[in-house]
Amino acid sequence: MKDIANNWKDLPVGGIIDEPGTAINYETGDWRTLRPVHNKEKCINCLACWVYCPDVAIMLKDGKVEGIDLKHCKGCGICAQECPPKVKAIEMVEEADFR
Amino acid sequence: MGKTRMAKTGNEAMAEAIRQINPDVVAAYPITPATEVMQIFATYVADGLVDTELVPTESEHSAMSAAIGSQIAGARTMTATSSQGLALMYEMLYIAAGLRLPLIMAEVNRALSAPINIHCDHSDTMGGRDAGWIQIFSENSQEAYDNLIQAVRIAEHRDVLLPIMVTTDGFIISHAMEAMEIYNDKDVRDFIGTYKPLQPALDYRKPITVGAIDFVDYYFEHRRAVAQAMTNAKDVILEVGREFGRKFGQEYGFYEAYKLDDAEVAMVCLGSTAGTGKDAIDNLRKRGIKAGLLKLRVFRPFPAEELAARLSGVSQICVLDRSDALAATGGPLFTELLAAMYEDRSEHKIINRIYGLGGRDIKVEEIEELLSAQVSAAAGGKSIDRIAYHGVRE
Repeated sequence: MKDIANNWKDLPVGGIIDEPGTAINYETGDWRTLRPVHNKEKCINCLACWVYCPDVAIMLKDGKVEGIDLKHCKGCGICAQECPPKVKAIEMVEEADFR
Repeated sequence: MGKTRMAKTGNEAMAEAIRQINPDVVAAYPITPATEVMQIFATYVADGLVDTELVPTESEHSAMSAAIGSQIAGARTMTATSSQGLALMYEMLYIAAGLRLPLIMAEVNRALSAPINIHCDHSDTMGGRDAGWIQIFSENSQEAYDNLIQAVRIAEHRDVLLPIMVTTDGFIISHAMEAMEIYNDKDVRDFIGTYKPLQPALDYRKPITVGAIDFVDYYFEHRRAVAQAMTNAKDVILEVGREFGRKFGQEYGFYEAYKLDDAEVAMVCLGSTAGTGKDAIDNLRKRGIKAGLLKLRVFRPFPAEELAARLSGVSQICVLDRSDALAATGGPLFTELLAAMYEDRSEHKIINRIYGLGGRDIKVEEIEELLSAQVSAAAGGKSIDRIAYHGVRE
């Protein structure tokens, strides 16, 4: 996370956040232990994953699934669970396998 | 300054102060012996004597929550409680302080269960002593009234912005009638001024988030700021106490000394016992014993250096604690005064480093550094901070 102040005196009083829309700067992706891997070939773009994702981490382009926002995806696996059984376009993979 | 001499109980005096302060919002739940404060104030609301929105809640936890919400919105807010009621607020007390909300509470000291008891001791207030609230004790109705008026100025001062509780002793003050002076409404309102919230949440032009999550990243820095606000409160309390004296005639400081200058033995206490104590001191003096008294008015922030300086020439001190810390080491006033009186400050014998708040890590090398710095400072005869924060972004 980037430094918002280099000393305690410069922080807003009472820990308030004094500008809107800053949640995007809080990258929760590093909490993840399982990474969703999206397969474009298999995907039928039903958008069930997009509807159910609690972190708005399914990225769309022209109404189709473009990929997953790994900076914010916490790896809960709901997208893989909700992907229709006959499609199975999202697979949860150990995060450690990517390091 | 216009004054009216009247007979009032402590609860009546506090209700009168709240009427004159005319807060935007009051949120409360009744509890003995503080019930009357709100009962009387509710009649002022019903009679249209104040502009206050009175919010009766279903519990003290809700009362403090409502008060916090109201203060976040930008309203000057007050409440009143006692004992179990204050205990039910504890979770929210810390939040009010951490969010830097200048809430004002009338607190009537009462024992905590079990066994159940409705009479006075200071256990309830002492339970909140580390919550980040300023705590001011009163000896009588007059002081309760004067302290509540000053509380507004202290809490809302930009260098402070902390909640504050003004206490009386249950029944002994709250229900005992005595002569006191009430000041004119206009003078009180001129003294407290108009509330200008620092960052009201209802200002749609400046949207803010309140109470956001704050992990290892910045929690410690935010708590450091709260600690500084409590330190700053010392100067503000004295400044407001002097200004109050100039305007209304009675100046206030951290403590009141009674026949202390030549005292060989002194008692130290909080609240109404100071009144009883002054009679005892007079009687002891008649018997040839050079006795004196120090009544501590401000328990938070604890004026350690000032107390140590004032009591340094007294050879014997008896600390009267109306609560027990159940720590196997005595009551809270005793242990804190004992620490303040510890004179071995120059030898680097015992120092304090506050570290790791909110989960910030401390490493092996850091502990080595702390201890070796202390050892080398002692060896070189250099001074070293007695109390400091370790690992905070200064």
